[in-house]
Amino acid sequence: MARLVWLIPLFPLVGTLVNALFGRVIGHRAHWIAVPALGASFLASYAVFVRVSGGETYTGDLFQWIAAGSFQTAITAQVDPLSAVMLLVVTGVGFLIHLYSAGYMHGDDGYARFFTYLNLFVFSMVMLVLAGNFLLLYVFWEAVGLCSYLLIGFWYQKQSASDAGKKAFIVNRVGDFGFGLGIMLIWTTFGTLDYGEVFARADASVSVATYTAIALLLFMGACGKSAQLPLHTWLPDAMEGPTPVSALIHAATMVTAGVYMVARSHKLFEMAPVSLEIVAWVGGLTAVFAASIGLVQTDIKRVLAYSTISQLGYMFAGVGVGAYAAGIFHLVTHAFFKALLFLGAGSVIHGLSGEQDLRKMGAIAPRMRVTAVTFVVGAAGLAGLPPLAGFFSKDEILAAAASEGHTLLFLLLLAGAFMTAFYIFRVVFLALFGASRLSHEAAHHVHESPAVMTVPLAVLAGLTVVAGLALGLPSAHGTAFSRFLAPVFPAEEAARGLAVPLVSVVVAVAGVLLAWLMYGRRPVTAEEIAVPKNALHSLLLHKYYVDELYDAVFVRPLFALSGWCARVFDLGVIDGAVNGIGRLVVAWAQGLRRVQTGFVMNYALGMLAGAVAIVAFLLARAR
Amino acid sequence: MLPLISFRAIAPGMALAATACLLLLLDLLPTRGRKDHLAVVGLAGVVLSMILSLGLWGSDERAFNGMVRLDGFALFFNLVIGFATGLVLLLSIDYLRRQGMESGEFYILVLFSAVGMTLMAGAGDLIVIFLGLEVMSLSLYVLAGWFEGRLEAGEASMKYFLLGAFASGFFLYGIALIFGATGSTNLDRIAVAVAGGAARDPLLIIGFGLLVAGFGFKISSVPFHMWTADVYQGAPTSVTALIATGSKAAAFAALLRVLLSALRTVQPDWAVLFWGLAVLSMTAGNVVALAQQNIKRMLAYSSIAHAGYILVGVVAGGALGGGGVLFYLLVYTFTTAGAFGVILLLERDGREAVAVSDLAGLATRHPVLALTFSVFLLSLVGIPPTAGFVGKFYLFGAAVRTGYVWLAVIGVVNSAIAAYYYLRLIVFMYMREPEGSPTVLVPSLPAGLALAVALWGVVQLGVLPAPFLDLAQAAVIPLLR
Repeated sequence: MARLVWLIPLFPLVGTLVNALFGRVIGHRAHWIAVPALGASFLASYAVFVRVSGGETYTGDLFQWIAAGSFQTAITAQVDPLSAVMLLVVTGVGFLIHLYSAGYMHGDDGYARFFTYLNLFVFSMVMLVLAGNFLLLYVFWEAVGLCSYLLIGFWYQKQSASDAGKKAFIVNRVGDFGFGLGIMLIWTTFGTLDYGEVFARADASVSVATYTAIALLLFMGACGKSAQLPLHTWLPDAMEGPTPVSALIHAATMVTAGVYMVARSHKLFEMAPVSLEIVAWVGGLTAVFAASIGLVQTDIKRVLAYSTISQLGYMFAGVGVGAYAAGIFHLVTHAFFKALLFLGAGSVIHGLSGEQDLRKMGAIAPRMRVTAVTFVVGAAGLAGLPPLAGFFSKDEILAAAASEGHTLLFLLLLAGAFMTAFYIFRVVFLALFGASRLSHEAAHHVHESPAVMTVPLAVLAGLTVVAGLALGLPSAHGTAFSRFLAPVFPAEEAARGLAVPLVSVVVAVAGVLLAWLMYGRRPVTAEEIAVPKNALHSLLLHKYYVDELYDAVFVRPLFALSGWCARVFDLGVIDGAVNGIGRLVVAWAQGLRRVQTGFVMNYALGMLAGAVAIVAFLLARAR
Repeated sequence: MLPLISFRAIAPGMALAATACLLLLLDLLPTRGRKDHLAVVGLAGVVLSMILSLGLWGSDERAFNGMVRLDGFALFFNLVIGFATGLVLLLSIDYLRRQGMESGEFYILVLFSAVGMTLMAGAGDLIVIFLGLEVMSLSLYVLAGWFEGRLEAGEASMKYFLLGAFASGFFLYGIALIFGATGSTNLDRIAVAVAGGAARDPLLIIGFGLLVAGFGFKISSVPFHMWTADVYQGAPTSVTALIATGSKAAAFAALLRVLLSALRTVQPDWAVLFWGLAVLSMTAGNVVALAQQNIKRMLAYSSIAHAGYILVGVVAGGALGGGGVLFYLLVYTFTTAGAFGVILLLERDGREAVAVSDLAGLATRHPVLALTFSVFLLSLVGIPPTAGFVGKFYLFGAAVRTGYVWLAVIGVVNSAIAAYYYLRLIVFMYMREPEGSPTVLVPSLPAGLALAVALWGVVQLGVLPAPFLDLAQAAVIPLLR
């Protein structure tokens, strides 16, 4: 098993290196390296998954990494049912996205660079999932952040893209700061960073306050990476990256890292019940908050971005109420349908020669049949219409919230579900059906995407249809999925009755119906979609002014301060000092250089003087 | 009593010596002017010697009446010397031909100097150290002046020889005085005498001071460093690499042996002295390096500064400091041999490209070479994840752990100063436009192989240092018993 496990990250790493070193030569054939690399990685993941389903697990060191006194850390991989599932999602969905990218990015100048980053991204995420200790987790947590920066700002010539890349990186830093502190606190508390040892030592001998601090600091990191309130602002801007990147970030890698990390460290969170409560509420609030913004956005990718934030909120809500398996299950199904929606949106954008604005779409379903059908499947999955995957996984979370006595949270999530169904079908009706608002130019060129793009769509649509039925049917012993994860997470309560699913289906259908009434029943004009009708609409359209708030509270004062530092403090004090020291040292160097006369006699004299000085010094000390 | 002869104890050195003798014979065979095969045979001898060292791993014995020791310490240094010699042989093959100075004697002398080095590493007696020192140095004196037609080569060889002879005089006189004070030149017996009260004897103190002067010359520590820049500049670049890596490692090996086995009981006394030498070497080396325009001279001052860093580990002493020194010498061998290896591949207008400005725009024309050179330079600065960082980390860490906090602070400040002149080369490679005729890379398969090995070493020791560090620390243990 050991070899198999290390093969999973090896393939994308090799792909990265090959494309990075020989990208110039490989150029537009880069996908011949990157896509098979991911395919092989997926096959290895699948083989590992099969072994794990047979009850095997693996924990092993590649090598001892850092040894500094009592601080010992190895490059450790850990494979258990949780990581096996994550690996399958990361490499599987990642593979489809790679395949799709070969079509989407066709002809781009940075083709090889793109695949280099893409492979590196998957490699980092795989290592993040495989990591067997917190330090390694942290390293690849950061690596994933780096890759997101590189890919969001992939079209760096575009100011908005490079700004978005920076924003993603900086906002993530805020969360990572807490995450880093949390890991340090784990080290000082338990004296180890190894998962197994930390969780084994997590007992009542440590105070609840410490556990709470650790859990909240870790969660701070999760908030940044998984774009939860109040660190969600980077994700919508991340749309500046190429669409496959958005799909990769939103579905398979990056944002799921936070949920995974919280689930992985659930032992620590459970020792501090308050922290779980906070996780659940942050998740619930984010779910509704982001969904409400998604109601009015006019950029197709932005709707999906807020949808991702909202759905991640569901996952955190699930994890927060102790339904870990449900949270992870939603992560998996979400990976399928969100990748599908993003790639579908990408296909639409591709077909419309780069148009992303919902106001300039409409009635393209007949000309892009595969895209339209699969997109509707994805939308239904997201809305939670039975029997698609999203229905089962969202339902698990809702049911868990209801049965754990979080009634308010349950209602919140239910409201979110209504909004979800509404906003995604709003996109469906506006983009695919109704009256055409396309510009004459675009209307002329509408075309279905090539097979290399539509095949991944079809596969993901298939997964969206079957995943729920195959894995999510509740039984007396929980779902098949939760039974698989039982070695990692404590067994959950089973069979919860029909009330919750019924209510959620009613809510979802109501959302879809409302969307149809407003946007599907009759043609709507571009103005109707975008012009705010009232204050609430305006508030939502401006995303609750969070960006403006941050700009006023953090960014501007910081800019003012840095401006002052740069002009006054840096130029005057620091630069002065540095230049002064520099000049001093160089002057000194020029002086010392003169000692180096080149005459052997002088050198010998220097040596003699040195020897005399040493002997004199030693003798003087001996007195 | 006749000394007991144990060829086992000197097997790695013998392998080198035998190879050198074989080369003497092979050199007589008529060939069509090419001497590649001699280098290959020499390389085989080096590899054989390293394999023997690995095979003997774990031994701890004294031979030839305590004149020679076979322990982990000697074996570790045999590996370092093996890497240094092997890399230098690989680097020399095409380089010598290019300069029109290809000859069998070159490889033979390199091997003989390696024999001297292994002798120093495994010496249990001051006389053997001296013997090794001379065997090594005499070969190096000749090698330094190999490009006999060049003025600077003659200057390098002559200066190296004269000053080296001067230093040897100090060294030998030091041995004589120590013999006078303790009645022996054997390190174990000196240790007994020192513990028994000879430490206060002025004879011993003066003798030790002179010994330090002799060692100071070989490790190019201030104030015995002045030959370094001239010799590094004038010697063939591959020989410079050997002087910077192998001979320095061997001198440190002997110095550590003397300090740790014979004089451990009086560590506080010599620690202060080396504290001063370390600070002087680091500071003077780095500061003067700032003003250099010739890369080989710059690396010469850099090597003086590195002697200072390594002396920090010597000051700390014990398994931590000693282990740090051994590890750093291994790191330094890969890094420096690699850096000189890159320089030696560059030509401009038909002459060797050794000016800093020759590097301008190298990254656009030879990206892989520029990247390789950058890695070596970053390792010299001590930036993770290169080996240089780990090496410095353990050296300075040992100093902090043993209470020499200020020494570590000075070391770190010095590293910061040093970053300036190393990074300047990177700036030239990546950010400056070349003026005049371009600097060209002269491709060479053996040199490429050497660079690959050096690069592997730098990355391996930087990313996965633990096993090698364990080896280095274990290697010091026999000295501390």
